[in-house]
Amino acid sequence: MSGSVNTQMGAAAPEGGALLAKPPRGRRSRRASRRQRFVRYLILILVVGYLIAPLFASLEFATRGDFDRTTKTYGRTLDAFAAILSYPNLVESIIVTLQIAALTVVGMLLLLVPTMVWTVVRVPRMRRVVEFLCLLPLAIPAIVIVVGIAPIYRWLGQNLGAVGASPLTLTLINIILVLPYSYRALDSDLRGLDTATLADAARSLGAGWPRTIFQVIVPNIRGGILSSSVLAIALVLGEFTISSLLSFNTVQVVINLVGQRDAYVAVAVSLAALVFAFVLLFAISRFAPGAGSRTQRAVEEPAA
Amino acid sequence: MTATTMNPAATGQGVAVVFDDLHRWYGPVHALQGLSIDIAPGELIALLGPSGCGKTTALRALGGLDELDDGRILVGGKDITGVPTNKRNMGIVFQAYSLFPNMTARDNVAYGLRLRGMDKKARTRKAEETLEMVGLAVQANRYPHQMSGGQQQRIALARALAIEPSVLLLDEPLSALDAKVRRQLREEIRRIQIMVGITTLFVTHDQEEALAMGDRVGVMSAGRLEQIAPPAELYERPQTRFVAEFVGLTNRIPARTDGTDVEVLGRRIPLLPGASDRGAVQALVRPENVRVTPGENGSGRVLAVSFLGSLCRAQVALPDETIVVAQMAASESTGLHPGVAVDLAVAPAPVFVVAS
Repeated sequence: MSGSVNTQMGAAAPEGGALLAKPPRGRRSRRASRRQRFVRYLILILVVGYLIAPLFASLEFATRGDFDRTTKTYGRTLDAFAAILSYPNLVESIIVTLQIAALTVVGMLLLLVPTMVWTVVRVPRMRRVVEFLCLLPLAIPAIVIVVGIAPIYRWLGQNLGAVGASPLTLTLINIILVLPYSYRALDSDLRGLDTATLADAARSLGAGWPRTIFQVIVPNIRGGILSSSVLAIALVLGEFTISSLLSFNTVQVVINLVGQRDAYVAVAVSLAALVFAFVLLFAISRFAPGAGSRTQRAVEEPAA
Repeated sequence: MTATTMNPAATGQGVAVVFDDLHRWYGPVHALQGLSIDIAPGELIALLGPSGCGKTTALRALGGLDELDDGRILVGGKDITGVPTNKRNMGIVFQAYSLFPNMTARDNVAYGLRLRGMDKKARTRKAEETLEMVGLAVQANRYPHQMSGGQQQRIALARALAIEPSVLLLDEPLSALDAKVRRQLREEIRRIQIMVGITTLFVTHDQEEALAMGDRVGVMSAGRLEQIAPPAELYERPQTRFVAEFVGLTNRIPARTDGTDVEVLGRRIPLLPGASDRGAVQALVRPENVRVTPGENGSGRVLAVSFLGSLCRAQVALPDETIVVAQMAASESTGLHPGVAVDLAVAPAPVFVVAS
């Protein structure tokens, strides 16, 4: 019986080989392939152009010098960038914004990480509720948030003196604003980890809840913590509406004010802020601990 | 009761564990319905049952990972019902791989010792000794993602044992492994358990595992303990219909009983206690207690024969279309082929009966 099977397989081999050979490519198929490649490159160029063109235009505008009537071109200068430091409000606002970003990250992590771990481990049925609450800021327009929260800021300003009036209080509202993004980043890591079992294992070995969270869970969701931090920083560095409506001088608000007086400096600051944010986020995502992730490889059982 | 860390059974003398009328509700589901078990020091009890029977709930209650609605748990004579998990000193190996991914094998094993304030040198030595015990000292510097499933479960066992727990809890630790590794590891776990002398509760849905490892096997169904007995007794003398049907392969053969004996395939054999039915019943007969002899005038006809290595299993159809499975040594299966007429007889081992 096996002999007949072998014979059949042998007979089938040449046909199988013929099936594996490349089909002849006609002129039409070559043309279609060229067209596909052209469309692909065109889409790539359009997307990159869409992203790069404004930056290039900003750079061109911010580095304009005197207009040469003979050549009808602008000279190039970095005066606008040098002028950034001559605006004391601007430098101060950059420092304040960075402080707000740092406080927002710390506050967000302190609020979200224990809450999410607790939800996953102890009350999984509340997961949907926590998710809903965290995603809510996405659905509420900034103006509505400001109208709702303005009385609280007024109260803070009236009753807590300099602390209450400090732009650092923007941290409170920024923590709420970053929740949807940070929640998603942390949630994906927690879902990838068997959090409940790890927590049970740690506790059975004698760890209390703080040790379980900070020694066992947190080191294993560093990727998510990093992503949520990067997103939080990016959001704080770009936030304008709420700071402006609440009359706090963050960097975006000051850039807007400077722009009304000196458009060149405003654009230079915007570009510098963008480059700074890009470098900062790149550095965090590249060099911060936990940037790499450990993934389970398929390791074979050793021979007995 | 105050939350205090219990003294571990460091001397290798296990401690007694008592489940006293445990009850647990999950909404409308009564997951534990008055579970009571006495576990002797150093004994390995295997809890066996289908999914949702409450065996894992019982284990988690002992480990403090799940709360009880009623009942008490005594360990070494002390009531630990209200003691939090991290104060119970229980070593637990979970079904899912539970090694901490950010720690090496050595750090995983040493983690519990670190929590107990042992200095670094001492805990490293202890961790390496325990890794040696499970045969993985060479893997000490590896991270979990660099190890196979079997190795990870061995490390998890080492981690659980390193803290010298009062009781070892094994929550289906082998179910994620392939058959060969599972067999190797279960023998290793049993060897280490006997060597350490630790009281162990082992939860599984795999009958072979439970019967092979347990000093006694407790069969659970719907939150109740149906029977707890040494493996041989459980297999040969089931006390309830559920145990008779759940443990091992069982034939249901038409029979008649008078309450003392039962007549099966023309032979009178003793009836196991626990069966209350009279008259026409079905006898639950183990395949190895069915004798098959080829004969031209035999009442049965062989449907299929399966070769299982040293054993052979034959499916035989009776005239009333009942299908009976017989199991014999492979050397005794000569002449058995599909279509062959055979005579069937039942060994005189006591059987359980159920209503027809």
